[in-house]
Amino acid sequence: MSAELIRTLIERSSAVIRDHSEELTVLDQAIGDGDHGLNMKRGFDAIAETSDALAGLPFGQALQKAGMTLVMKVGGASGPLYGSLLMAMGKAVEDCPASGAQVAAMLNEGVEAVKKRGKSTAGEKTMLDVLVPVLAAIDGADGAAAIEQARAAAATGLASTKDMLATKGRASFLGERSVGHLDPGARSSALLVETVCDVIEARLAK
Amino acid sequence: MTDCVAIVIVSHSPEVARGAAAMVREMVGDEVRVAHCGGNPDGGLGTDVAAIKGAIESVYGSKGVALLVDLGGAETNSEMAIELLDDDRQANVVICNAPIVEGAVMAATEAAGGSPLAAVQATAEELSP
Repeated sequence: MSAELIRTLIERSSAVIRDHSEELTVLDQAIGDGDHGLNMKRGFDAIAETSDALAGLPFGQALQKAGMTLVMKVGGASGPLYGSLLMAMGKAVEDCPASGAQVAAMLNEGVEAVKKRGKSTAGEKTMLDVLVPVLAAIDGADGAAAIEQARAAAATGLASTKDMLATKGRASFLGERSVGHLDPGARSSALLVETVCDVIEARLAK
Repeated sequence: MTDCVAIVIVSHSPEVARGAAAMVREMVGDEVRVAHCGGNPDGGLGTDVAAIKGAIESVYGSKGVALLVDLGGAETNSEMAIELLDDDRQANVVICNAPIVEGAVMAATEAAGGSPLAAVQATAEELSP
């Protein structure tokens, strides 16, 4: 059961990153160094290549391995950031979490790892502006309501980065000029949150 | 000589990394071990955690290693690479908050005199605004 879920998550997340690689690159060209789309694609393609091996592992170990692949393959700061997210989430669980509370506890570990790795917190025009509200939205929620709230929080969190001033990462060099652009890391996080929501929703409907 | 702090240069660009390392060797000499790496895992602009870890290990000695890095991702990836080292080595490897070329030359100059890691780092960081 876990094997099929792992395969589906890998297939869908690598597809969404591939399909939006150009968009992420364009967003990153505005306020970063323009490599976010290609870097994420390289990382998720590398995970997809190991799909069979990961599907044979317990859920937590598969997440940790996928995270390490991102660390090693991405080539930009998003590698250690997304890698730390998955590795910490994977360390927090053995099997696939079965309730909203368990997902929230797992995601909380991941979000804390991203904060530590990036020396950052919400409100600084980063992926955390999506992940932190998503975590708050699912904490205490379950099933369809949790999914609906997670989607809404991801969309609102992503939109909130547009008017933020970047103080972390490459975009901080731009100062005021970073205002008015969506953050590419927040966009990739929102895409992945939506994708995970799609996968869970399909499973709940079964 | 193995009792000097070693230097590792990490740039997004393989050419910048190689060039900075060449400047260090030219200006400071060969007694300080210098490793360099640049480029993402596909060879384009970026940095590669495995390559950074390998560069650190290639010059690691008992007095430790000082890293000089260029932009954002080079720092994050270098921090990640340090955490992947053996536990007893991690505390003996630092990232200098200094401009990559000038910092590397200054750090190597300090290292060549046999200074400990903290002094090498402090000398490089005097260049920071």
